[in-house]
Amino acid sequence: MRTEISADSRRIRLGRQLQHGDLIFWIVALLFAVLVVVLLGAIIAVTWSGSADARHAFGWHFLTTTAWNPVSGQFGALPAIYGTIVSSIIALLFAAPLGVMIAIFLNSLCPAKLRMPIGMMVELLAAIPSVVYGMWGIFVFIPFFRSYISTPLSKTVGSALPLFSGPVNVGRGLLVAGIILAIMILPTIAAISRDVLAVVPNSQREAMLALGATRWEVIRHAELPYARAGIVGGMMLGLGRALGETMAATMVIGNTPKIHASLFQPATTAASLIASQLPNANTDLHSSALIYLALVLFLITLVANSIARALVWRVSRTGSGA
Amino acid sequence: MAQAIVGRRYRRRVLVNRLMLVLTVLATVISLVPLVLILVYVAEQGIGSLSIDFLTHTFRPISFGTTSTGGGVLHAIVGTVIITGFALLLAVPIGIMAGVYLSEYPGNAASTAIRFCVDVLSAMPSIVVGVTAYVLIVQRVKSFSGFAGSVALVVLMVPIITRTTEEILRLVPQTSREAAIALGAPKWRTTLTIVLPMALSGIATGVLLAFARAAGETAPLLVTVLGNNNLTYDLFGPMQALPLLAYRYTEQPYTVLNQQAWGAAFLLVVIVLGINILVRIVTRPRSHR
Repeated sequence: MRTEISADSRRIRLGRQLQHGDLIFWIVALLFAVLVVVLLGAIIAVTWSGSADARHAFGWHFLTTTAWNPVSGQFGALPAIYGTIVSSIIALLFAAPLGVMIAIFLNSLCPAKLRMPIGMMVELLAAIPSVVYGMWGIFVFIPFFRSYISTPLSKTVGSALPLFSGPVNVGRGLLVAGIILAIMILPTIAAISRDVLAVVPNSQREAMLALGATRWEVIRHAELPYARAGIVGGMMLGLGRALGETMAATMVIGNTPKIHASLFQPATTAASLIASQLPNANTDLHSSALIYLALVLFLITLVANSIARALVWRVSRTGSGA
Repeated sequence: MAQAIVGRRYRRRVLVNRLMLVLTVLATVISLVPLVLILVYVAEQGIGSLSIDFLTHTFRPISFGTTSTGGGVLHAIVGTVIITGFALLLAVPIGIMAGVYLSEYPGNAASTAIRFCVDVLSAMPSIVVGVTAYVLIVQRVKSFSGFAGSVALVVLMVPIITRTTEEILRLVPQTSREAAIALGAPKWRTTLTIVLPMALSGIATGVLLAFARAAGETAPLLVTVLGNNNLTYDLFGPMQALPLLAYRYTEQPYTVLNQQAWGAAFLLVVIVLGINILVRIVTRPRSHR
């Protein structure tokens, strides 16, 4: 009896939904939403199948060999991976402290009137097209960097430290790319740090103030530890952005697939190698190797972003729960 | 004696406090310096190269020694409008409907999986998207095309539109939905005639931001659209676009072309920052209320 009613009511409900078109609407919305999944699936499938030649030819050695010679058909991705990771880490070294400091300033020191314009200006840094960063790097920053930073550095400490050794006349190199990338990822780190600092409960600050702490001590001992995971998450998101950034890196890094000890020498990143060589790739193996590189780049950024999201999610969850 | 120690320690703490606070101000100022420098430089270089010719002519071959103006960038403007416009046409329905699904049918396994995919897509390096469009379209058809560029841009736009749509639809009060349902309206009708119109300005914001992001993208276009020195309206052949032209002309040894690159960069910055500033000014006060 009971099951009969529920089966009956289910049939009625289904009929009503069909009559009103709700089921159709649900299906249409779901189809579009699934299309998003299909897009992602297509990217993975296409880069996987497109890189088949290179994967069969080089396998895992692709990641550990340094020869990149389209003419002789030798492709090793290590210089590109090295350049990608080193330039991103340089970017992070510059941007992480600055970004956190901006977040602290905007969150607890900035006068309310200035908060919106300054926050907006920092965020606008993220909106400038990357090709403009690249152009500014070439025409303004590289000449400045060469005459005031790399030349003096390579002449003084360069002989002792291979990291800063010359020659510097090319101008384009790892350190320049790292600094330009730092400017580009700064807003990401600042915005996320600001968000997680904002969810630190006031009771934490008040408890610290009640103990007689100064403003900085409140920030240092109450706010930062509470928001630590989220801030690290913001840094990882910035890192993910730096890893995948293409145009600015392509324009200022020099596009030379070699590993140099010096940060002043031209290098390459995975993204810039793809951007500069894929349109002119003549052999199937060459384009396949570049597609393989795109797959590797995708996996690296996926790992960085997954860690980042997990960290940010943890803070915002405990933050709202506390 | 003890008091002196306490006093000294207190003074140190106050000093550290002051020092660190000054440092945060300094950090903020340092970070805003590049923004100002870049904007001033782009404006300086860009406004100088703007002219009627610049906006209404296409590429003109130049050689060393002649004082040719090098024509204009009309072909790039047309290309950008067609490529991003077509991408927008595809991305808007996908993005909005996916956002509707995520906000109106939340809490099931499908929406969690879809949200995860949107997150992954939004963090995807644009060059990887470009490579996908290259393999899927350029390699098959054996020709670079504006269409392949549009497809790549769609993938970059969809996550932005989906995410803003979902967030905005969640801000629509539940009572409005209930009122419509109480009047006997089916869910699709409630969504299309009550919920979406209430959220229209927010959704438009997302679409504009997606457009701004796509208009400034260079990397995916580099491997799909290639570039073209002639004015063309053919979406299925190589085209030119403003960011692409800015990149190509920067790498040229001719100062005339470098100047035009700055002009193109200036147009891009005006479009992209204009949209971003507009969106922020329009939406900021509302989110605070």
